[in-house]
Amino acid sequence: MQWSEFEIDQELKPLVKPPIEKVHLVQYAGASGDFNLIHTDEETAKNAGLPGVIAHGMLSVGYIGQLLTNLAGNKGFVSNLNVRFTGMVFPGDVVTCRAKVVAKDEVNRTVVFKISSETPEKQVITGDATITFYHE
Amino acid sequence: MIVDKSIVGCKSEVYEFEIEKGAIRAFARAIGDDNPIYHDETAAKEQGYRSLIAPPTFPMTLTIPKPGLSNMDKSRTLHGGQEFIYKRPIVAGDILRCVSEVVDVFEKDGKNGEKMLFIILETKGEDLEGEYVFSSKTTIIYR
Repeated sequence: MQWSEFEIDQELKPLVKPPIEKVHLVQYAGASGDFNLIHTDEETAKNAGLPGVIAHGMLSVGYIGQLLTNLAGNKGFVSNLNVRFTGMVFPGDVVTCRAKVVAKDEVNRTVVFKISSETPEKQVITGDATITFYHE
Repeated sequence: MIVDKSIVGCKSEVYEFEIEKGAIRAFARAIGDDNPIYHDETAAKEQGYRSLIAPPTFPMTLTIPKPGLSNMDKSRTLHGGQEFIYKRPIVAGDILRCVSEVVDVFEKDGKNGEKMLFIILETKGEDLEGEYVFSSKTTIIYR
């Protein structure tokens, strides 16, 4: 989308990801280098007091990155992404990512979004993000 | 507790990372993001980039030993939050010099009144020309 197409309070089409499978967690561990076993090994997760393995928080942030980068298209780039983790994501969960326009800056060609991710049960991420658009 | 305010200012050495196309593709695949700018160099070039660009959360792959936190019991830590700030996207072929620093440590009360320690770790990356490219801030919660 172009900078001019965004409007304050506009809610963008959410990104709904396929259900998280354990193999996705193994794949993300390998690609990111985060080998904390609470994400891939049931025994370790249970010893840590969890009901089972949990998804990497940063995997869900990656989904938000996907939503934002798709919005920026070839017109800009994600210049800020700031999140807080509010809930855990488990295998089988469907994560939905949302973005809503909260501010625009003509001089800097930026659009600021309130972002969030949720599973059907609860919110798991909240935060804000900025796309900086290239000058035409 | 070994971790306290005294670790503020602890800095890592400078780590140099070469951003590889294969690493970008593998990371984008792991997120399930098929955006051609992460996979197809021709598509990335058509969008005006020198090569593939990296997804916004890609700096997570640039592993730097956490300064001042070597004594920390990892099983008592939580990832509370994460921020990325970019001057420009990271592009394959970039060589980034990165330094991590503990920039803040503060205490907060948890839901059940227990003390939780918040550690803010900042990583800054610049290219070989000395131009700032990105910074990331990790909030680590120590229970």
